[in-house]
Amino acid sequence: MILKGGRRIALLDLVTDRDVAIARRRVGDAMAKRGCRELMQTRFVTAVSEIARNAIVHGGGGRLAIYEFPGNRKIGIECIDEGPGIADVEQAMTDGFSTRDSLGRGLGGAKRLSHEFEIETHGETGTIVRMTGLQNTR
Amino acid sequence: MPETNLKTVLDILKDDETGVLTDWIEQADEDGAKRSDLFSEREERDQAASLLRAFRSGVRDGYRDGDFDLEDDYWADLRGILAEITYERVERGVLPSEMASFVLSLKVTMFERLKERLKEEPDRLVNEILLVTKAIDAFAIYTTEVFIREREQVIERQRDEMLELSTPVVELWDKVLTLPLIGTLDSLRAQEVMENLLEAIVAKQAEVVIVDITGVKTVDTQVAQHLLRTAAAVRLMGAQCIVSGISPKIAQTMVQLGVDVGEVKTRSSIRNALTDALTAVGVAILPIERLDRVTAK
Amino acid sequence: MNAASIYSVEGILLVSIRADIADSDIIDLQDVLSQRIADTGARGVVIDIAELDIVDTFVGRVLAQVTSISKLLDAETYVVGMRPAVAMTLVELGMYLPGNRTALTLSHALARMREDGLTDDSAG
Repeated sequence: MILKGGRRIALLDLVTDRDVAIARRRVGDAMAKRGCRELMQTRFVTAVSEIARNAIVHGGGGRLAIYEFPGNRKIGIECIDEGPGIADVEQAMTDGFSTRDSLGRGLGGAKRLSHEFEIETHGETGTIVRMTGLQNTR
Repeated sequence: MPETNLKTVLDILKDDETGVLTDWIEQADEDGAKRSDLFSEREERDQAASLLRAFRSGVRDGYRDGDFDLEDDYWADLRGILAEITYERVERGVLPSEMASFVLSLKVTMFERLKERLKEEPDRLVNEILLVTKAIDAFAIYTTEVFIREREQVIERQRDEMLELSTPVVELWDKVLTLPLIGTLDSLRAQEVMENLLEAIVAKQAEVVIVDITGVKTVDTQVAQHLLRTAAAVRLMGAQCIVSGISPKIAQTMVQLGVDVGEVKTRSSIRNALTDALTAVGVAILPIERLDRVTAK
Repeated sequence: MNAASIYSVEGILLVSIRADIADSDIIDLQDVLSQRIADTGARGVVIDIAELDIVDTFVGRVLAQVTSISKLLDAETYVVGMRPAVAMTLVELGMYLPGNRTALTLSHALARMREDGLTDDSAG
């Protein structure tokens, strides 16, 4: 569990596309407040945007929690939806794959842009994505 | 519980802490380890006192079978305090030799007291002097090690800074930048190089960037990928990227590797790249002779 | 729609996108912009994304689509003002926006469009 040792500092509902914008801003603010470098913030917020949108478009909505860590070396999120889940995670992580209406770089891109990434999907009961982003390159 | 082999030393530290402390500091002054210009007497006394206390607990718990090892857990406190004091003093400019001789001065103080207490038992006297020497020498060596470690960290920091310096973005002309790459290009460095370059584009409002790889030893698939990504990012920012310094050998390797540079403009020499770049920003370099003719018209 | 504004300068449509634009606003923008190009007969579009904190695959895809739509309506599209961190992230996502023209700033884009005869003045 990559969020071990973290403390939840926010819990947001993901229902409409407006909530994706809110999630981006909240994660961005949380990173900026903890002294994040601009590049690292842009990378992670982009990853969060992909994951939050996935939860709404493919998962029918969900929730996103933001985690802080001691020493503020990184920031984490957990995104849970109760959609149909992902049948073939490996395929979904490959660039170019998409089940609906996106270029299909979302999931694989989010993994590349994050520091740590894990995904759990259980057939009918939805998908959990956890990610962390570093505040600094070193 | 076995007795410590340094029973007398322990007794001295117990009975006469203040006396030992005062004599030690005096002795250190005599040995030239005092730097009143760098720290106050108050500080020196506090530091020496905490060292003595850690020494005492180390002797009490750790010196039982005569095997002395500063790496043992019993000496953790003493190691911590020694390191702390060394950092502090080194930071203020105390020499490592001064720090070591400050620690070694404790020997004289201890020897004098041991001689007095063990007048009647020369065997034990020799034994305890040997053991206490071993311990205090180890302390002195330890401070030097701490000092060296601190220096190594400084060197590492400087190496990182050098790395940054070795990828300067140079303004060749108004709106024209060049990035002469040298050595190898790993992922971390590639990212830093790209970031520097893109920020320079904004700062200088550059329209053309020449990435010169004359100084890059080998171009493998990974380096080629980094170059292509850099070129793509430069284009996204709204500037044009020219990769120059592609030797015939590197060109052959790139083809063998199946690297497709796509739309990225490549030139064999920085000279050709510069001509292109200047043309793009509406400037030409002419021999003065021809320039005269042009202006005369 | 208040997440973006469209101005017309020298016959060029200037679109400036605000920081916290939502997906549906961008879709709306695509609609409105296509209509405006057709209505005004503009030969050029400049999309200023300097205020955008991030460009993810969705926004990247819409930018590419707007460019294709404009091209069908005989207009060139420039994307300007991309921040370094955004450019590096897009490259990492593998989105190079090959169809889009790019420029550092609005004025750089306008200058090039004048050169290419896409502005009103240069055409007339």
